[in-house]
Amino acid sequence: MSSNNLDQLYRQVIMDHYKNPRNKGVLEDDSLTINMNNPTCGDRIQLTLKVNDGKVTDAKFEGEGCSISMSSASMMTQAIKGKDIKEALKLSTIFSDMMQGKDYDDGIDLGDIEALSGVSKFPARIKCATLAWKAMEKGLKEDEQ
Amino acid sequence: MNISDVRSYFPILNQEVNGNPLVYLDSAATSQKPIQVIEAVDKYYREYNSNVHRGVHTLGTKATDGYEGARDKVRKFINAKSTQEIIFTRGTTTALNTVAASYGRANLQEGDEIVITYMEHHSNIIPWQQLAKATGATLKYLPLQEDGTILLEDVRKTVNANTKLVSVTMVSNVLGVMNPIKEITQIAHSNGAVMVVDGAQAAPHMKIDVQDLDIDFLGFSGHKMCGPTGIGVLYGKKQLLENMEPIEFGGEMIDFVDLYDSTWKELPWKFEGGTPIIAGAIGLGAAIDFLTEVGLDNIQAHEHRLAVYALEKMSTVEGMTIYGPKDAAKRAGLVTFNLADVHPHDVATVLDAEGIAVRAGHHCAQPLMKWLKASATARASFYLYNTEEEIDKLVSGLLKTKEYFSDVF
Repeated sequence: MSSNNLDQLYRQVIMDHYKNPRNKGVLEDDSLTINMNNPTCGDRIQLTLKVNDGKVTDAKFEGEGCSISMSSASMMTQAIKGKDIKEALKLSTIFSDMMQGKDYDDGIDLGDIEALSGVSKFPARIKCATLAWKAMEKGLKEDEQ
Repeated sequence: MNISDVRSYFPILNQEVNGNPLVYLDSAATSQKPIQVIEAVDKYYREYNSNVHRGVHTLGTKATDGYEGARDKVRKFINAKSTQEIIFTRGTTTALNTVAASYGRANLQEGDEIVITYMEHHSNIIPWQQLAKATGATLKYLPLQEDGTILLEDVRKTVNANTKLVSVTMVSNVLGVMNPIKEITQIAHSNGAVMVVDGAQAAPHMKIDVQDLDIDFLGFSGHKMCGPTGIGVLYGKKQLLENMEPIEFGGEMIDFVDLYDSTWKELPWKFEGGTPIIAGAIGLGAAIDFLTEVGLDNIQAHEHRLAVYALEKMSTVEGMTIYGPKDAAKRAGLVTFNLADVHPHDVATVLDAEGIAVRAGHHCAQPLMKWLKASATARASFYLYNTEEEIDKLVSGLLKTKEYFSDVF
């Protein structure tokens, strides 16, 4: 694998989120808490979400993991804040498609998230990138019911 | 066979990964297979595939001879008294679970104690957790020294008259520590406890003499010692195994079957329900022949040289944390480490781009990771086919990794 491929994986914007994570912390009061870990590698995330009238009004995360899992969590919280539950779940589907190297709905501006598309070329790292998204899906789907 | 030309027997090593020659440093997870093992399995399927212990036909006899011949090779390999003491299993995990489910359930009760250590692999923790839950026995952990070693003084303090079972790994898959099994066994026995040994990381690399160690049970896996996956061994002292009930029932393990009751075959077959892992056992037999020809003493000496070299070279990398004893004499051929603040996944990905395969994660030892205060680590593990040149490549890969992430930290 060329270092060019590595550069595709570790894009500047990913490293920026890793170094300066957005929405790091824990939300108190009436928030949804989702704990998830990746048992094969030890990465773990605690995601707290505040949902009002079907909208994600706030999101924070705590956790331990590699640059890919932590930057993905940072980007995810940034992306879903202010979104309807449906929109957030839609983003999650798009992200999952992107990770699997499938064609994804490009009608939505993905912002920083686009930078993670290089992960699809590293099959061993896909589950690092999807951890935070799976936690978000779990929380919002439970809240919908 | 000379240690320096064993490499040529491993066809998989002769390839490029991501444009670089493969440097395989993950043998503690699974070892590569020499052509002798690949051919033994191939030959069985091509020439005498047949079920064992039944049928009168010629292929059936050949298959039975191959399977039982492998059992005798295992017996010699660990110097057991009898092939009745050698049970083929799926691996170390199944071996340890068999001891817990059969011996443990029958012999432990509330008030009894099970003693293990902080450095155990999950497969030598969870069977005992489950056993403790089911019987009301208490699970106790032996503490570790700063460098990860066990003090016999602590063993004497922890093991007492209530202890019914002690289970310890011979070599730690994370720290590389070699434990004083013989001495721990003496302490266990003087308190009336049985001694169980996880040999997964020891059997591939050093001589194990079950009679000299006087251990009661030993489990190990074929795939870590040049053999196929899906085959492993449970050794048990005959008088213990004889009094134990099988945990799997069905074909192959029975003597007489009546409508409402049945009797079991004699040892070792009463523990081998169902068609056994015939090709796996034959492959393991070939692996034992191979390791014996190279010589376990030569293999251990070679790995020791690599460990000394790796510890020395890796320590020169700035920001390197190496876990386990600094003294190479106290450790087997593996080095677990962290590189500054770069997450081990990221280390492993950059090394992989250089063709270097290392393990990253918690190594199936989460309690030990807690003790080390590390959520994850990277590990380079060596075997008979590795070279000092490969360790040089690892070190230059680590320097590249640092450089690559230097913008971040």
